[in-house]
Amino acid sequence: MLTFILRRVLSGLVLIVVITIISYTLLYLGSGNIARQILGQNASEELVAQKAAELGLDRPLIVQFWTWATSALTGDFGRSWFNGQLVSVQLGSRLAVTLSLVIGAIILTAIFSVILGILAARRGGAVDGTVQFFSILGFAIPGFLIALFLVLVFAINLHWFKATGYIPFTTSVTGWLSSVTLPIIALAIGGIATISQQVRGSVLDGLSRDYVRTLRSRGLSSNRVVYKHVLRNAGGPALALLAVQFIGMIGGAVIVEQIFALPGIGSLTVTATAAGDIPIVMGIVVVTAIIAVVVNLLIDLAQAALNPKVRLS
Amino acid sequence: MTAVEVPTAIPTPASRTDHLLRRLLRNPLAVISLLFLALVVLIAIIGPFIAPYNPNPANLQSILEPPSPEHLLGTDTAGRDVFSRLLVATQITVAAAALAVVTAMIFGVVTGLIAGYYQGWFDNVASWVTSLVMALPAIVILLAARAVLGPSVWISMFIFGVVLAPAYFRLVYTMVSSVRTELYVDAARVSGLSDLRIIGRHVLSVVRAPIIIQTAIVAIIAIAIQSGLEFLGLGDPAIPTWGGMLQDAFTKIYVAPILMLWPSLAIALTSIALMLLANAMRDVLERTVVVRRKRRRAVTTRTGSVAAVTTAASVTDLGDEVDIVTLEGEPIRHDDDEQASARSADVILRVKDLRVGYGQSDGSTTEVVHGVSLDIRKGEVHGLIGESGSGKSQTAFAVLGLLPKGGSVTGGSIEYEGIRLENGSDADYRGIRGRRIAYIPQEPMSNLDQSFTIGSQLTEPLRVGLGMSKAEARDKALSLLERVGIPNPVRTFKAYPFEVSGGMAQRVLIAGAVSTDPDLIIADEPTTALDVTVQAEVLDLLRDLQAERHMAMLLVTHNFGVVADLCDRVTVMQSGLFVETGPVRAIFQRPEHPYTKSLLAAILDEGPARPPLAPAGTAPQGANS
Repeated sequence: MLTFILRRVLSGLVLIVVITIISYTLLYLGSGNIARQILGQNASEELVAQKAAELGLDRPLIVQFWTWATSALTGDFGRSWFNGQLVSVQLGSRLAVTLSLVIGAIILTAIFSVILGILAARRGGAVDGTVQFFSILGFAIPGFLIALFLVLVFAINLHWFKATGYIPFTTSVTGWLSSVTLPIIALAIGGIATISQQVRGSVLDGLSRDYVRTLRSRGLSSNRVVYKHVLRNAGGPALALLAVQFIGMIGGAVIVEQIFALPGIGSLTVTATAAGDIPIVMGIVVVTAIIAVVVNLLIDLAQAALNPKVRLS
Repeated sequence: MTAVEVPTAIPTPASRTDHLLRRLLRNPLAVISLLFLALVVLIAIIGPFIAPYNPNPANLQSILEPPSPEHLLGTDTAGRDVFSRLLVATQITVAAAALAVVTAMIFGVVTGLIAGYYQGWFDNVASWVTSLVMALPAIVILLAARAVLGPSVWISMFIFGVVLAPAYFRLVYTMVSSVRTELYVDAARVSGLSDLRIIGRHVLSVVRAPIIIQTAIVAIIAIAIQSGLEFLGLGDPAIPTWGGMLQDAFTKIYVAPILMLWPSLAIALTSIALMLLANAMRDVLERTVVVRRKRRRAVTTRTGSVAAVTTAASVTDLGDEVDIVTLEGEPIRHDDDEQASARSADVILRVKDLRVGYGQSDGSTTEVVHGVSLDIRKGEVHGLIGESGSGKSQTAFAVLGLLPKGGSVTGGSIEYEGIRLENGSDADYRGIRGRRIAYIPQEPMSNLDQSFTIGSQLTEPLRVGLGMSKAEARDKALSLLERVGIPNPVRTFKAYPFEVSGGMAQRVLIAGAVSTDPDLIIADEPTTALDVTVQAEVLDLLRDLQAERHMAMLLVTHNFGVVADLCDRVTVMQSGLFVETGPVRAIFQRPEHPYTKSLLAAILDEGPARPPLAPAGTAPQGANS
């Protein structure tokens, strides 16, 4: 078990390092004369050279990377080129918003996928048909279209929720709920559509397994066998998909945050991208990669808890 | 991001593809989707030529006009004709999505074919690159690229194609790895075809249909991401796209929400059409497989003369050439001899005219058991013998109330000590199944849940059903494990099923079955899946347990050796009907039905471990008290 965890942590670390090196190289090599871009076309050559020296851009790339990486290890990802703020400070406050959206959406996805998947698999017929129908819609229609629809109907027309803006959880719980409910639903629908299908398939497969018949032959109720045994065995593939969805939802949040004007990583990404603020983009890439690695590690641990074959290998 | 499971490993021969297309065209949803997609592609090609206005120059005199004869869909925030922009945007959006799809396909399919066919180090590299790409959301990658490379739709979509390539790679890779070991690929290799020819002819033809499905899904994702980028305002503002139009409309969501409708509809309908098409294709692919499987089973379950013909054919395989006729109606009955009547006369299980059928998708029912009657008396071991597909297991499952999905008792009755059980619910079986009637399955490994320890599976019914405490259940389970001959009960108790041998697992299942001191055990071929030496041990164990606990047993088997070894009575089943029934000795000495005779002859040919007649005369009496 310990070697299993160590191996996963190690491969995660390698992944982060590789992503960091590749992104740093591409971002900094691809950006051309950065000092010139920052100062504009009218700045004099001396001023540009001075700016480049100030940002450390006149040194070889590998030296720049080393400086950046060593301070990144202490949590310092450098400063924005345009407003001089610390990247880590900008990221920190926004990360909480984005993560609360994504984690909320993942919890919603997990709950509803299991409920709908089991319902569709066990009831069959019209229930199954309805779940399948909405899955097709939920999978096919992009999340931001769903978000736009939700804003239009529930915020602008019905005034049930806030259309834009964010109220921190610490300021007002109901205000926070009002500002995050619609974005969370918009993010979750695609995930529910995908994972409920996976759960449905696994449960159908599980129900036809021999051990289900044998457990029932020993007097256990159908419900007990489904919720304890079939669901546990269906958990593995569904969890793997949940990890993929989590990463996908961080991407989805970029657009959804823009629609609801939420101050998360997404809106920061968009402004930094539009301006070409490479240190911030770099910080976002690294933080996202770290989140991805952590999520995958957690899912691996959950897999090991569910499945003794994984644990004992 | 690309979490889509396409049904893989359905090696469909090449000739089937045209066939698939024809089937697809029979599905109305698929036809509508195809027509809609054709329309979208048509507009993408001719859109700019039929657009009534130039989509780009702003006209500040006519901002946000409602639909009118001049402007069919009105004008947007810069006074541009929405209809014209929609037509032109279709071209850009479709072309952009197509670029991503084609890029992904070329990279993914080529690398998948190579990695799947040659495997080796290429494998590891490819899976590493995949996890690298999967670690970042696509949109973050695209935004990072855009920060460096500028707002070009085409560069973005090319990069996105590379990011999407794993979707094809994994699909092609799994299918190719399964195909390359197929015998016909070996044969092609031996006959001297070059690798390129083999990949082209045998492997590509297999992956073609799943690739089309995957392409529909990848196209959905490409449209979503492309529109998303444009919606964020990060596209090229000079080029109209669906996402760009949506962004323009979003800025006026309070004033003119209707403007969002047209690009939204374009994106949503195109995506839904692609999805429906993918689904329809998947259905067609899956149904081809189902039909093939069903056909094989139907041969052995169909009633009447057809069944007689087909079973006659398979009995001939046993090395006997008797002309066999299936008779509808009463089986041949042998009178009890003293050995059989020595048992108590109390009948505990009475099955009358039992019929079992399976509902088909077209609403009809396929009957697999055609009205059989059977009495089992207290303490009696009753063999039910017949070849596979004769309906023995179906009869047993019907008694347990555990028929597979779709199956039900369509006629007759099942009575356990006066309680009617046919088609019973969980409530009807409460206190009976798992308490008075127990079950020993055929294949030990698949009948244990691999995710729970043996101990937890043994004790769960004891605690739930009998209300034992954890410690009581554990003690009981350990003593049972010891009783069924497991050398180290404590270790086995803690072990997972995959950590023990098949013979051990079968002993565990037997321990589970007898744990509640049942009156009747239904054993479905309890030794078939075991090694020959283990078979004999398990049979001995069953005989001892039966004698010790005076349990009745319905022993389903296809082996007359087992019948001779254990049973008091035997019923011979063929094609869903009982053909002969009576005491074991009578059946062995005076078989009357030709099918019984052929089965008896077959065991002599097979040369079983035990001669059929000797144990019949000796072993069962040993069990008498």
